Amino acid sequence: MMSGLNKLTIAEARDALKKGDVTSVELTEACISAIDAAGALNAFVHKTPEIALERAKSADERLKGGEEAPSLCGIPVGIKDLFCTKGVDSQAASGILENFKPEYESTVSQNLADAGAVMLGKLNMDEFAMGSSNETSVYGDAVNPWKVDDRQLTPGGSSGGSASAVAADLCLAATGTDTGGSIRQPAAFTGITGIKPTYGRCSRWGIIAFASSLDQAGPMTKNVRDAAIMLEAMCSHDPKDSTSADIPVPNFEAMLTGDIKGKVIGIPKEYRMDGMPDEIEKLWAEGTAMLKDVGAKIVDISLPHTKYALPAYYVIAPAEASSNLARYDGVRYGHRAKLAAGEGIVDMYEKTRAEGFGHEVQRRVMVGTYVLSAGFYDAYYNRARKVRALIKRDFDEAFDQGVDAILTPATPSAAFGLGEMAEADPVQMYLNDVFTVTVNLAGLPGISVPAGLDKQGLPLGLQLIGRPWEEGDLLNVAYALEGAAGFVSKPEKWW
Amino acid sequence: MSIDKDTARKVAHLARIRVEDDALPALADEFNTILGFIEQLNEVNVDGIEPMTSVTPQRLKRREDVVTEGDQADKILKNAPDAREGFFAVPKVVE
Repeated sequence: MMSGLNKLTIAEARDALKKGDVTSVELTEACISAIDAAGALNAFVHKTPEIALERAKSADERLKGGEEAPSLCGIPVGIKDLFCTKGVDSQAASGILENFKPEYESTVSQNLADAGAVMLGKLNMDEFAMGSSNETSVYGDAVNPWKVDDRQLTPGGSSGGSASAVAADLCLAATGTDTGGSIRQPAAFTGITGIKPTYGRCSRWGIIAFASSLDQAGPMTKNVRDAAIMLEAMCSHDPKDSTSADIPVPNFEAMLTGDIKGKVIGIPKEYRMDGMPDEIEKLWAEGTAMLKDVGAKIVDISLPHTKYALPAYYVIAPAEASSNLARYDGVRYGHRAKLAAGEGIVDMYEKTRAEGFGHEVQRRVMVGTYVLSAGFYDAYYNRARKVRALIKRDFDEAFDQGVDAILTPATPSAAFGLGEMAEADPVQMYLNDVFTVTVNLAGLPGISVPAGLDKQGLPLGLQLIGRPWEEGDLLNVAYALEGAAGFVSKPEKWW
Repeated sequence: MSIDKDTARKVAHLARIRVEDDALPALADEFNTILGFIEQLNEVNVDGIEPMTSVTPQRLKRREDVVTEGDQADKILKNAPDAREGFFAVPKVVE
């Protein structure tokens, strides 16, 4: 048996499984051992080794059979706690969904299971996906496997457990979800690849809702090829999600030629923020030069409403959250507060929600309630939706001018220390998503690719933004960038 | 626009989240920080712009109005904190 099986990529494992060099049970056992030894990362919060080994055994049967095995047959993956998984705790890292075991499976996790993937367990995240550092989780902080001094660093958020698990080789890949940057920012902070597809590519059915017009699932993987393989398996048209797109899902992996000669790459001047660290600026310039060297045409573009994306997001996302999270009332599932004599149903709602929701979730639900309340709906909510239309128009105009993809930094900094933002006001934390949030507002596909290390030795990512529904082209540009950047660093094991 | 303690109390109640009196001033401060950030949107000229309803121009699919997955009351009640005789149970609502 080969050693370090948990370190394989999806593509490598797939080939080894096909050749019979390894079994899925061996792969799965290697991941289970790695998970059990990585308690310090707090990435896996509900482990499902029995389910994993059962699925691995049936994958091995399928691989031995005569028929062509599906694309992820026998590949061990982790699932973000936001996905409902039948009979397995699914609580969006919230106290209010304590002990919730869904009687159904989300479409995306079902698609992965149908493709033969092996679920190792559920992954840590910010509560209800609200956060950029995985510090709002009821399970406690997830920890970044990257470390350069005695500080423990955030893996980013909200898909922090997914990022930490993939970067530390606890699984071959993981699912994430992205409402304002929650796949791409943690991917950048941990030196892995993460793609948020076009809004509507992945069904949202069975994914615990945060902001329904922005939420999308996507893969978090060790490289671009794996992202292509796993994304294809996750996508589908689903009658149970009325916003899921009824259009064919291409073979994304087959589109990875690495040839981007003549592709037009836009560099948006508005992403050059005041106070942006030199290292981010330098990485961005290097990425631009790399794409030029492999034959892309670089053009300067303008996305004039960029500055207003975060404020618009912090109206729209809390508004939708306040509506979506109204369902947690202590009646149908999860936590219910104990009532004192004489307390009635309104006390039950108010106490249940005060006890069950963490501070950031409470704050966002209340901001959302405020911007939707009578007298403020037009001034805040409708104005934000108009600004959102303008942000989308900026992108439409860039694409109309022939731009194929847009290159930007993924994050304004490398990973910061856990607890370092505790004293900052909430807006400071929101600024983490300054480069990613526009993409959700416009419904576009965006991918974060690791591109280098900062002076401290921490990974930095670049983001590519694509045309709607053209994830295949976007992945190919990302593949070319990945090849040129040659990022191969891994965190040194300390956990 | 500045939020005071009374407005914070009202919003907390509308959101059905219990906030104790002594926590209201800090909550009002946080609201004001976030709303101050949001105020930037007033700089944008939005004359003649329709509020976005859907990021992809699409007509929602329609389906026959029929039962798809019915008859599973047990499953639906399974996670309830208090379920009795096929119903969700809550404190008395009507006197």
